[in-house]
Amino acid sequence: MSGTRDKSAPTSRRKRDAIRLPRVTLAHGGGGKAMRDLVDDVFVSVFDNPDLAPLEDQARFSLSALGQYGDRLAFTSDSFVVDPLEFPGGDIGKLAVCGTVNDLAVGGAKPLYLSCSVIIEEGTELTLLRRIAQSMARTAAEAGVSFVTGDTKVVTHGACDKLFINTAGIGVIRSGLDLGCHRAEPGDLIIVNGLLGDHGAAILGARGDMALSSPILSDCAPLNGLIDVLIAACPEVKFLRDATRGGVATVVNEIAEASGVGIELDDDATPIREEVRGFCEILGLDPLYLANEGRIVAVVPAAAGDRAIAALRSHGYGEGATVIGRVTPGPAGRVTMHTRFGGKRVVDMLIGEQLPRIC
Amino acid sequence: MRYVDEFRDADRAKVLLAEIDTVAAKAADRMGRTANIMEVCGGHTHSIFRYGIGDLLPKSIELVHGPGCPVCVLPMGRVDDCVAIAEEPNVIFATFGDAMRVPGSKKSLLQAKAEGADIRMVYSPLDALALARANPEKEVVFFGLGFETTMPSTAMTVLQAEADGTKNFSLFCNHITIIPTMKAILEDPGLQLDGFLGPGHVTMVIGLEPYDFIGATYNKPVVIAGFEPLDVLQSVWMVMRQLAEGRAEVENQYGRIVPKGGNPVARDAITRVFEVRDFFEWRGLGSIEHSGVKMRAAYAQFDAERRFAVPDVKVADPEACQCGDVLKGIIKPRQCRVFGTACTPETPLGALMVSSEGACAAYYQYGPRSGDEPEKANAA
Repeated sequence: MSGTRDKSAPTSRRKRDAIRLPRVTLAHGGGGKAMRDLVDDVFVSVFDNPDLAPLEDQARFSLSALGQYGDRLAFTSDSFVVDPLEFPGGDIGKLAVCGTVNDLAVGGAKPLYLSCSVIIEEGTELTLLRRIAQSMARTAAEAGVSFVTGDTKVVTHGACDKLFINTAGIGVIRSGLDLGCHRAEPGDLIIVNGLLGDHGAAILGARGDMALSSPILSDCAPLNGLIDVLIAACPEVKFLRDATRGGVATVVNEIAEASGVGIELDDDATPIREEVRGFCEILGLDPLYLANEGRIVAVVPAAAGDRAIAALRSHGYGEGATVIGRVTPGPAGRVTMHTRFGGKRVVDMLIGEQLPRIC
Repeated sequence: MRYVDEFRDADRAKVLLAEIDTVAAKAADRMGRTANIMEVCGGHTHSIFRYGIGDLLPKSIELVHGPGCPVCVLPMGRVDDCVAIAEEPNVIFATFGDAMRVPGSKKSLLQAKAEGADIRMVYSPLDALALARANPEKEVVFFGLGFETTMPSTAMTVLQAEADGTKNFSLFCNHITIIPTMKAILEDPGLQLDGFLGPGHVTMVIGLEPYDFIGATYNKPVVIAGFEPLDVLQSVWMVMRQLAEGRAEVENQYGRIVPKGGNPVARDAITRVFEVRDFFEWRGLGSIEHSGVKMRAAYAQFDAERRFAVPDVKVADPEACQCGDVLKGIIKPRQCRVFGTACTPETPLGALMVSSEGACAAYYQYGPRSGDEPEKANAA
């Protein structure tokens, strides 16, 4: 993002020697040389960019440069505490970038800058931290965003679970675009960009309790590129949200409630991988409530439906795009599903966490 | 999914539903009223709601959701005992996931965990045994619950612990048995049931013979039913056919899983480790003779009831709670005075609101609401 930084600041930092200790100690959080070395070794070395280079206490942006992308700022923050840190299809670093990028993108914003704050448990392996930071850098490069500020804390053993990451992000919203949860109207289509529940199943599978023979890969992905394509082809799109915790079921309930409409989902049209269905059958879980990290729910007027689907399918992260339901006059706030079997059931908000059934 | 999707085929369902219509009409002629069929098992309740089966059936058939959800019928006093054990220093308390939210008189296991008790969610009793081996300095207690379906795996785990000399593993036994409870329901003077969908997986262990008395003494048909939606429909059709023909027999719809004689190896394991209790307390139904099992004295070293001082206090169900009437099919969940108000899945008062297999939770989650078309259950 040339043009946004303070021109008098240095443009790149002197590389320090890599840390030789195998694990993080409390000394790395002390604010002295050890901490500088850790930050340089793990983060700055892979995040390096002109906006980060000055390493001031804050990142500085030129307002006029931001203005070229739109007329409103979008600002979001998300914390990541996933266990295990690395899982099939991703890791906590990739998740931390995708989560914040997607939260900006679904508001119609172009994501630009991220912060990266980490809380590290003493004893965490340096090699693990480096892998995760590299994964963050790779994902940020793919999404076209840069890390411009951050913070590192080290806590005593047991005070956190290896590594917690918070990322905040700033983006700029395209002029004239107004996406909102309250805008769904009877007749609108509910669209998703691919198979549902992969991330949730991947995480549960990776915890090792189930000893699955073939791992399910997380769908974790930065979706700003996909959303650009969708909005360009279909500016009538009314609402977008990434279906993370609580899954698609939670998002459609929020839409039904905020818009005062009903929503009817079609079980047959809901794309769920065979392995995920099997996984859910065994555990007594409902895939509609499983988390996704690379899936959006879009509300689109019926007349624009084919165009929206074609646009989504033209992008690598939207190949499985499909209509899963439609908006009805009511009852307001009620989501129902036509079951594959010919029956009909209510799809409600989840109360707490889904817990596996006994038998 | 092979061997699953075949049992969820909508076209086959239509054929079956047409057949059910025909035999239900004949049964209605014979009985002169709606047929009330109880699905005993919580797994059936879950399927019925998940696939919207209740709405597909003719109005002359009413499904009544029975007591076969082991989590639902767990009395508060036993949850208090679990919490007391879990809060002992040096204990790891291992439990199936859906038992975590069951309210005790003071707190649930989920709340006890938040307050610092070491409570772990496991998928099998063997996971608990593995925990014991991995943590030799800790006492690992497994919360055994469920009917004859889960009893064999718990029994086998105890036998395994004995065989490999694991000393720090014990079982808090809350296993229950369905036949005495069906008997208690049949003895209830308010009974309005005409037939049963029998519990498929329990019967896989105990076999068909224990149900004979239901036809012989109480003149009600029983069909042992599988859990996929077509299983449930076919079983309903089989019950209705018996009612239409005036028969009261034990039939087996779930033949692909349930052998006539059950599983003698599993029963042997159960008999080696467990013996029948004089009484066991059921939430909503009260104390029922011979309805639970406890560990035999020979396995005292693995019996958490003997190894830990449990309060063992009976706690009365909340006064407003009508779980018992729902369990016996006397009222529908929505007719309970606290349904959806004082009692919700978020703050369950009665056990039927706790597990996703509980009738009230299923009604709350999947069932029709105010503002929908009139509910068939209340219209009947």
